[in-house]
Amino acid sequence: MSIPMYWRTSHQRLALTGEVCPTCEAKLFPPRDICPHCNSPAKTRFDFCGRGTVYSYSLVNVAPRGFERCAPYVVALVALEEGPLLTAQLTETDPQDVFIGMPVEMVTRRMREGSEQGLIEYGYKFRPCMERAEA
Amino acid sequence: MPLMKPTMDVGIIGYGAYVPRYRLPASEVSRVWHPGGDRAPVEQKAVAGPDEDTVTMSIEAARNALARAEIAPARLGAVWVGSESHPYAVKPTSAIVAEAIGATPHVLAGDWQFACKAGTEALQAALALVGSGMTPYALAIGMDTAQSRPGDVLEYTAAAGGAAYIVGPGDEAVALLQGSVSFATENPDFWRRPQQNYPEHGGRFTGEPSYFRHTLAAATELMEALGRTPQDYAYAVFHQPNRRFPREAAVRLGFSAEQIKAGLLVDRIGNAYAGSSMLGLGALLDVANPGDRVLHVSYGSGAGSDAFEWLVTDGLHERRHRAPLTSYYVNRVQEIDYATYARYRNKLQME
Amino acid sequence: MRDVAIIGIGQTPVSEHWDISLCDLAVQAVKAALLDAGIERPEMLFVGNMLSAALSRQQNLGALVADHAGLRGIEAYKVETACGSGAAAVRMAYMAVAGGACDVAVACGVEKMTDGTPEEATAALAEAADALYEATHGLSFVAINALLMQRYMFEYGYRHEDFGPFSINAHENASTNPNAMFRRPITREQFVRSRPIADPITLLDSSGIGDGSAAVVIATGELATRLGRPVVRIAGSAGATDSVAVHDRREPLFFSAAHTSSQRALAQAGVTAADIDFAELHDAFSITAALSLEACGFAPRGKGVALALGGEISRQGRLPISTLGGLKARGHPVGASGVYQVVEAVQQLRGQAGSNQLPGCRLGMTQSIGGSGANIITHILERIS
Repeated sequence: MSIPMYWRTSHQRLALTGEVCPTCEAKLFPPRDICPHCNSPAKTRFDFCGRGTVYSYSLVNVAPRGFERCAPYVVALVALEEGPLLTAQLTETDPQDVFIGMPVEMVTRRMREGSEQGLIEYGYKFRPCMERAEA
Repeated sequence: MPLMKPTMDVGIIGYGAYVPRYRLPASEVSRVWHPGGDRAPVEQKAVAGPDEDTVTMSIEAARNALARAEIAPARLGAVWVGSESHPYAVKPTSAIVAEAIGATPHVLAGDWQFACKAGTEALQAALALVGSGMTPYALAIGMDTAQSRPGDVLEYTAAAGGAAYIVGPGDEAVALLQGSVSFATENPDFWRRPQQNYPEHGGRFTGEPSYFRHTLAAATELMEALGRTPQDYAYAVFHQPNRRFPREAAVRLGFSAEQIKAGLLVDRIGNAYAGSSMLGLGALLDVANPGDRVLHVSYGSGAGSDAFEWLVTDGLHERRHRAPLTSYYVNRVQEIDYATYARYRNKLQME
Repeated sequence: MRDVAIIGIGQTPVSEHWDISLCDLAVQAVKAALLDAGIERPEMLFVGNMLSAALSRQQNLGALVADHAGLRGIEAYKVETACGSGAAAVRMAYMAVAGGACDVAVACGVEKMTDGTPEEATAALAEAADALYEATHGLSFVAINALLMQRYMFEYGYRHEDFGPFSINAHENASTNPNAMFRRPITREQFVRSRPIADPITLLDSSGIGDGSAAVVIATGELATRLGRPVVRIAGSAGATDSVAVHDRREPLFFSAAHTSSQRALAQAGVTAADIDFAELHDAFSITAALSLEACGFAPRGKGVALALGGEISRQGRLPISTLGGLKARGHPVGASGVYQVVEAVQQLRGQAGSNQLPGCRLGMTQSIGGSGANIITHILERIS
């Protein structure tokens, strides 16, 4: 991503902020301003809770440039609790432990590094839900 | 009079830990660099994953602290991160953390640096900022992915982890500040110059004139100023660069092994530098009871110590379980070998 | 709308053409198609291409190819819909002729993938996906399709090896196509043991990257009759879109754009899916072939793989697909593939498919996909006796 591309979307990526359609109430991520479900304007900010389940996944053995550091890694379609699907990497998990339906939660991680000198891109990944503290 | 205390009552209203899940056993460092010799100063150390750094770890600790504090992140007047491993030499860690947790834009974001004392330095300043009435809440984080030259004795201990503390008004506190002492002198025990990947250190010099002088002085002067003896404290936690130093500091000050046990994490996670005593304090808050007094002393090379006395309040029990306990992070362990460690921590020359 | 026919076809073999440039590949196909049609100078040229900017640092392909093909002066454009660019060029040419803007147009698809390293080609292909929300997360184009395949296997209970017939059929058909890239059959065992790229997709689930160009000459039906060429009519032509990112779809396993465009094209042709004698579908990955079969109505939801397992997609089956190797084994020079499909369908309908000839076929469907189901173009071709 170029600097302006990264900056424009960095808040959404760091905080998992999307939109809610004021007409049909669909929750939208990524934010897109026109609701794809009812085609009404949708610019109302909505913060996602960051929890969801794995809808599908793949183990990427051949990583695109800039992503070699974590390869092989798992990518997934995550169904967020509030509805939408998003595409993300999974982290803190072994590939053989991933399954469709696995509960996951959002964490912020380094996404990609162009070089030692370059901008570090931070964004969302998902990991298996941590067990909460014992009551 | 060395005692520092704001005129307003202030305290910790939320805290959160983070330790990455990977562990490098000391035996792996010995296997690769010191076969036959038993130099291991800890059992294992926590290692950040390939997609983790001080920014990402600070964000998770901050989210845990916010979960316990239950305040709107926009009310944080300051977000301060102390570390010796900020991912950028120039470009603030704190602004990224503030953006991620929703504290921007009206926030005093800043990065702190004082070797292993950078976290408590930020905490000390946060207490002052809130105590002066400038802002109701301030976030102070001590977090590190500590660097060490392959084969150096530091490689056994230089670890990753840390904790975040939200400072707020005394009536919301889970632990009230009773007073603090900061003690610093010029001391060349450890440094890293710009452009260098790994620090230099003074070996045995780092002990007596450095760690012990500052740690013991800050602790002693704080106790004297407040009129305490070690028996007045339920717990004490010191900076933990290795297995021996914090234990010896406790003995010399008159604390029992029982008083420091719950906050002593170095054997299991190594030295998390700016996160070290901050994590130890978090581990104590996980088990402390209302009315308990905690002595908390950091140490940072260069050199200085901040010593705090915390009085645990009735609010702690209710907030403790709103986020994962420190022990949860300490106990989740995935061992890695030296090769994986070398890959994760960028120790292989790729180009 | 005027009646439209395909009066000439041309193609280069799909291969690693180290010694032939992007432009020269296109020129070879265009010249061959014009020769086949007996036309010297078309009025318009549409060049379908995806990667010329990224891999050959060349845009403006309309003028470039027209000039080098000896057609300087005609109206010419580059058309881009990612991997479906070639089919889009065919559709543009069809619309130009059907709408009366011209009487003869050439649609050419060209891709020169070996001008970049494999890493550069992989990165450029990922541009077919959502740059900000798919590619930035380290998803290659293969990985996006792998997400579909994993979910498909989960929902319908298939194993990976069940997808084997798609690749085995494609390689079998390519083995006797002189223009194909992979001209050796593969066994079921080879398929099962193939190396994973993005689990569950393996090398043998995936089409091959190569260079190639194909072209068709499109003219009014009236002109076609007058020239006395073997006449293949474009009976239906339609395109439709879906979201670029898979995660923006409510039903990721249903290619709604394939459904819409195929239904429109079939309706225009006045036929149904059951009337289709063979189909050249976008088998870039075995899962894509399965989802296309279902979306077009050749198989119920979840039964695309069953259709292949039952042998129905082979040349002897009920609905032969990839009859000259498909994207899988003829090769997938991405922006050219949509035109290769049309060229091959014309070969079949004219009776020029050699040992791959389907006896007595009259109606063929071609369908090309840009992205992971985002932009889908369908054509129905009909032999006029």
